[in-house]
Amino acid sequence: MSDSIDKKLVRHVAKLARISMSDAQATAMGSQLGAILSYFDKLKELDTEKVEPMAHPLDFTNVLADDQLGASLSCEQALANAPQRDECFFLVPKVIGDSQ
Amino acid sequence: MTAPREMSALALRDAIAAGQVSAAEATRAYLDAIERQDGAIRAYTQVFADRAMERAAQIDAARAAGKPLGPLGGVPVSIKDNMCTAWGKTTCASKILENFHAPYTATAVQKLEAAGAVILGKTNMDEFAMGSSTENSALQKTANPWDLARVPGGSSGGAAAGVSARLCAAALGSDTGGSIRQPAALCGCVGLKPTYGRVSRYGLVAFASSLDQIGPLARNVPDAALMLSAIAGHDGHDSTSADTPVADYAATVERPVEGLRVGLVKEFISDQLNGEIRAAVEKAAKCLTDAGATLVEISLPHSRIDVGADGTLSSYAVACYYIVATAEASSNLARYDGAHYGHRTPKTVGDIIELYSQSRAEGFGDEVKRRIMLGTYALSSGYYDAHYLKALKVRRLIAEDFRAAFGQVDVLLGPTSPEVAFRAGAKTADPLTMYLSDIYTISVNLAGIPAISLPVGLNSTGLPLAVQLLAGIFEEEKLLRAARMVERGLGSQELVPPAGREEK
Repeated sequence: MSDSIDKKLVRHVAKLARISMSDAQATAMGSQLGAILSYFDKLKELDTEKVEPMAHPLDFTNVLADDQLGASLSCEQALANAPQRDECFFLVPKVIGDSQ
Repeated sequence: MTAPREMSALALRDAIAAGQVSAAEATRAYLDAIERQDGAIRAYTQVFADRAMERAAQIDAARAAGKPLGPLGGVPVSIKDNMCTAWGKTTCASKILENFHAPYTATAVQKLEAAGAVILGKTNMDEFAMGSSTENSALQKTANPWDLARVPGGSSGGAAAGVSARLCAAALGSDTGGSIRQPAALCGCVGLKPTYGRVSRYGLVAFASSLDQIGPLARNVPDAALMLSAIAGHDGHDSTSADTPVADYAATVERPVEGLRVGLVKEFISDQLNGEIRAAVEKAAKCLTDAGATLVEISLPHSRIDVGADGTLSSYAVACYYIVATAEASSNLARYDGAHYGHRTPKTVGDIIELYSQSRAEGFGDEVKRRIMLGTYALSSGYYDAHYLKALKVRRLIAEDFRAAFGQVDVLLGPTSPEVAFRAGAKTADPLTMYLSDIYTISVNLAGIPAISLPVGLNSTGLPLAVQLLAGIFEEEKLLRAARMVERGLGSQELVPPAGREEK
């Protein structure tokens, strides 16, 4: 049980979460996450071997909608908040890069 | 005649229907009060003055034409800034959505307007509803109307401060781990978290999808019942909204529950509980027994609170909650990518991954980043079983405790918050201390059950005290009736902070 998680792991998680972080931020994040994760260790006290996981509070089964077209947003409405656009498309930098 | 702001939502609704006051007069009174007083409280992130006056004029025109005005006809209310509206902005108090204009309106908001309510504006909150003091808002700090140097609680801090300071007749908030009930407790108003699925989440910006629920904050229990009646019910746009009949909560709330069995949660009323809050729970219990209820001690072993050697509190429920909620948040908040809407970095980036990572780094505040990181970690390969899966199993143990309890009693009684309103800045340095503000509220969200916080007078320094009542799944009717029994026993005196009193 450590009070800090190492910077390499912080960097890995930050990459998965798509959040850029400076070195100083990663160090601070590592110690904060470490303290919180130690707290989570409390759950290990409980024997849950025979317990079914509960992902949802109500016993819903799948709710299926009819396969019918309902009211939809127009292209203008859907792209009204787009930071950058080209007619009815979102404009983003190149997707296939060489950095990742 | 009583001034519009002095009336409960129910009384105001009746006065408007009877023509004693117009919707326009009532709305103007609230807008003027916001103008005068919200500079100090900062409950609102946006005020829709023109739109509100237009809506009020429509209500008055409908009355003149002899049409029915709806159960909230002309009542001025506020909504939390995480509910989408096709007008104004929907910011979640985040830089990443600072200029976001939603293309549609949340179902609960639509229902509120369909019931005749006039929406005054949107209220401040912790960014993406992550926090217990509203200090995580990227837009502004909200003050507690009872003491401006203290926090209003959170995350629905703006909603609670607004109701308490008489800057709206009632409000909609959202509750993922206590975000309606804890601020209601700290500001001295009533806050109800309905059963998961009772109110549609369509158009509520998602934080943790298996925990989030919209609910009312109000001055008293009948007003909360009135608001719930307006917003509850099934919605085809939300597959998790329940197709379960909605009772007329407002019609039955004044009827005491015959032979009410009340469970005192043993784990919540222990030695470490603050003495004044403990006394408040005892006072509420006495109101119930005076009204004919019987008390039983109930144990919720998996909601137990342990005190460490150094005095720090720990609980399975808090640990479980912060894994489940952050895991769900990390997935929900993946949509803020700088590509489709919201903040995009102005920096030149090499590729789309950098665009995402840089936009998110600039747009999210520290607590939101921390929770996304925690959730991502808990769901990541190698840690999933130890953290996320384990938490889901503990969640079942917590929910099973409640199921067993409600086999024996109708409602459970305990504190809402471990303390009264704390000073701004007191907990911002240590995220874990802030998380413990929810120690009595979060197991309710994990189990999906409804719960209500209601004020029980003031402590020795003049700050509101509160208790919480809990009921089984879809037992809102019984919950509200039991809460009303407490309120009546207390004498129904409403708590009005200095900031909410009409200046003479």
